[in-house]
Amino acid sequence: MDKTLYKNVYVFVEQRDGVIQSVALELLGKATELAAALGEKVVALFPGHEITSQAQTLIEFGADEVICIDHPQLKHYITEQYSQVIYQAIMTYRPSIVLFGATTIGRDLAPRLSARLNTGLTADCTKLEISEEKELLMTRPAFGGNLMATIACSDHRPQMSTVRPGVMQKIQRDPSRKGTVTEMKPEFNESKFKVKLIEDVKEDKGMIDISEAKILVSGGRGVGTQNGFDMLYDLASVLGAEVSASRAMVDAGVIAHDRQVGQTGKTVRPDLYFAMGISGAIQHLAGMEESEFIVAINKDKFAPIFKVADVGIVGDVKKIVPLLTERLKKEIENK
Amino acid sequence: MKILVCIKQVPDTTEIKINPVTGTLIRDGVPSIMNPDDKGGLEVALRLKDEFGAEVTVITMGPPQADAILREAMAMGADRAILLTDRKFAGADTLATSNAIAGALRCLEWDLIVAGRQAIDGDTAQVGPQIAEHLDIPQISYVADVKFDGKKTFRVKKETEDGYQILEVESPCLFTVLASAVKPRYMSVGGIVDVFDREVEIWTADRISVEEEKLGLKGSPTKVKKAFAKGLKSAGEVHEIEPEEAVNLIISKLKEKFII
Amino acid sequence: MNFELNKTQDLFRQMIREFAEKEVKPLAAEIDEQERFPIETVEKMGKLGIMGIPVPKQYGGAGGDNIMYSIAVEELSRVCATTGVIVSAHTSLCVAPILEHGTEEQKNKYVPKLASGEWIGAFGLTEPNAGTDASAQQTTAVADGDEWVLNGNKIFITNAGYAHVYVIFAMTDKSLGTKGISAFIVEKDTPGFTIGKKEMKLGIRGSATCELIFENCRIPKENLLGKIGGGFAIAMKTLDGGRIGIASQALGIAQGAMDETIKYTKERKQFGKSLSSFQNTQFQMADLYTKVEASRLLVRSAAFKKDKGIPYSADAAMCKLFAAETAMEVTTKAVQFHGGYGYTREYPVERMMRDAKITEIYEGTSEVQRMVISAKMFR
Repeated sequence: MDKTLYKNVYVFVEQRDGVIQSVALELLGKATELAAALGEKVVALFPGHEITSQAQTLIEFGADEVICIDHPQLKHYITEQYSQVIYQAIMTYRPSIVLFGATTIGRDLAPRLSARLNTGLTADCTKLEISEEKELLMTRPAFGGNLMATIACSDHRPQMSTVRPGVMQKIQRDPSRKGTVTEMKPEFNESKFKVKLIEDVKEDKGMIDISEAKILVSGGRGVGTQNGFDMLYDLASVLGAEVSASRAMVDAGVIAHDRQVGQTGKTVRPDLYFAMGISGAIQHLAGMEESEFIVAINKDKFAPIFKVADVGIVGDVKKIVPLLTERLKKEIENK
Repeated sequence: MKILVCIKQVPDTTEIKINPVTGTLIRDGVPSIMNPDDKGGLEVALRLKDEFGAEVTVITMGPPQADAILREAMAMGADRAILLTDRKFAGADTLATSNAIAGALRCLEWDLIVAGRQAIDGDTAQVGPQIAEHLDIPQISYVADVKFDGKKTFRVKKETEDGYQILEVESPCLFTVLASAVKPRYMSVGGIVDVFDREVEIWTADRISVEEEKLGLKGSPTKVKKAFAKGLKSAGEVHEIEPEEAVNLIISKLKEKFII
Repeated sequence: MNFELNKTQDLFRQMIREFAEKEVKPLAAEIDEQERFPIETVEKMGKLGIMGIPVPKQYGGAGGDNIMYSIAVEELSRVCATTGVIVSAHTSLCVAPILEHGTEEQKNKYVPKLASGEWIGAFGLTEPNAGTDASAQQTTAVADGDEWVLNGNKIFITNAGYAHVYVIFAMTDKSLGTKGISAFIVEKDTPGFTIGKKEMKLGIRGSATCELIFENCRIPKENLLGKIGGGFAIAMKTLDGGRIGIASQALGIAQGAMDETIKYTKERKQFGKSLSSFQNTQFQMADLYTKVEASRLLVRSAAFKKDKGIPYSADAAMCKLFAAETAMEVTTKAVQFHGGYGYTREYPVERMMRDAKITEIYEGTSEVQRMVISAKMFR
């Protein structure tokens, strides 16, 4: 294949109920770096219904061009409808790179497209860079986060990858940024629309998603029971933090699965992460080691968590946490 | 109804440890298991079999040792097992894997294909949707529950980040299932007693009509350039001090960093 | 000679280990504390075929062997000795004698429901005045028309109250001594048959241990198991098999205490070092480990002989004697290694030590085992 025919870095912009998802903006941020390294443009692929008015937002977050695909069939994400329009866009515009959020939408759509396009796809990348040969190098964890692999898709285009939410960073929004907005008219083959959406239910879990929290108080085996966690909720309420946990505590039923940090839970990078009684299995570290500042308290001074902690305390969480909560309360009142 | 379940043998990644000196993976003694999401998929198929009657066939691609998970699946209640094994399949990325499995599935009859959402060794979640595309059938991923009307229509619960969707689709179709949503059954003792007398069909590349350039390393658009153990960031200090001192230390550090 | 499990046994070991860890272990402390019979676990085991492991498929069993059955009791007891004895008493003491001595009608009527766990089985031999001396039976069975009329009391009956089927021993002719004992199948809710007081026990507190009371209890003629006067032989043969079950239970308890202690001594630090790094710990544990492994070999060898149809009566006695005494020793030392924590209910070794004791007592005390073994030696 003639790779020179494929140009520019494309981002699939995921929206839900018309709301652009944070991961799309993060991908645009990364795409600006990749495009700069290639000397190419950042293009946002923006399917949905009655979404065109938001194209400027994407430009302000780094898109040089926005391709809006506006159609009632695209109001909700359904695999085939979206596959058809993104396939159409890729065949029309021939991108060199296409990035998707590694969400339940991106991870459903991207593999379907990779098979339709007969090209490669690399899932859940944590690092994207351009090689000297101008190839996209995609780095991702494997073996439950134990191993990192750098993957390239040398002979097929486009080069595609999915990226977990929270991994890349948005650029500073720039309202003065300019770009072009193009509309693409979808051509559907409706005979292939086999899946019907009956109901779309949002379950408000009443809490901030831990991957968006600025401060996380996270508990593990050393905290133990529900009572132990009450202590963490006290500390979290003083700090305006969210409570998360290691897998052991989720398995034990102490806390819900959406609060789990780690390889099979969520990737978090808060400004401050408290690891309370968490020994730090590799699967857990994979989900939190990018945190800005990590405080770890654990009884075992050889616990792996101390290898990533900025401040490590060998001690009993049950003694230290209540004291810490009291002191912080005072500090904050005095401010 | 005929149901095909795609399963994979994986190392139990929760048992993998890192050699603290060399930073390399210790894979010795790590057990091989049926991938948890795939086991969830098998359970969904077996429940449909329990309720409506179905022939459940399990298929895996892998080395000859993958026979073990097929036996396990049969001891759980699968009726037929196929092992796709050939050096020509080696080194396959997700696309080449999906080409091989889809090729095999074209040689079989089915009303429903079930796969796990993702495998714990790769965590890609790609092979299921890629198979569905090759076979030109609809897919639903992240499936937590399946209801069947006994004729042709499935009503499926799909988990999303902020809730769930109810979707309807007719057979033929493909689901990828979440392990957390269904608790898989155990092998039955009677199933175990019989299972080594039963046949696992061995299919090589010749058995499936897929061009060789679509299989294995040759058929893989993505290539691993390098693999390395993940370096941990440099550690801060570890203090063995009394609780009061510990609290003082934490608070002074947080102030230093302007967090409070 | 081959000391390995075969593929079937090995796959089964994986399955039962996982079942025990996930379904049985989480309940172990609770059923002990509340002295509650884990009926929900029995239902789960029934569905999977665990209540009929060495039962041929034609009678609704799993078609497995006695090594698999022994592995099952061992793995269940490793996490919960109560669950282990429920399976052992049911399988060895009720299903086995019906299969071995029952008529085709009896087998078809009782075994499929027992093997599937729909019914639980029990065994009634012991009486207030007939313990180790089982020949001193006072319960009587008198023929009356088409029926047998039972009168008497049985005590310490495992699974009592929850069981549907009881294999009961009674004197049909006192003048003949042990040759006057016959075996019967009694179903629950038979008029004249009631469950008496429940024992409050030191260990295996989740298992139901009660008195059985027969007051003019009338059962049909066809419920005689085996021949008239053949009861004592049935009882002795049944207990030979039962001893493999109890030895497996003891082995499981010992292994469980071993595993807990290895974990604890690695974690627990004293004088700046983990307990496991002290030579005293290492040497004591090495001795215990050796005894556990020796118990396992004795148990497997007895089960192997039973499967092959080789006489195994003394083997069963030896494996039970050795495994039971090993279980008592390992659990006692496990508590010691755990120190003060070991004496509390925060750690399972306290329960394991209480559970271990019964294995030296029931289905023949250690003294009875020594009698059986020496009888073979000095024959």
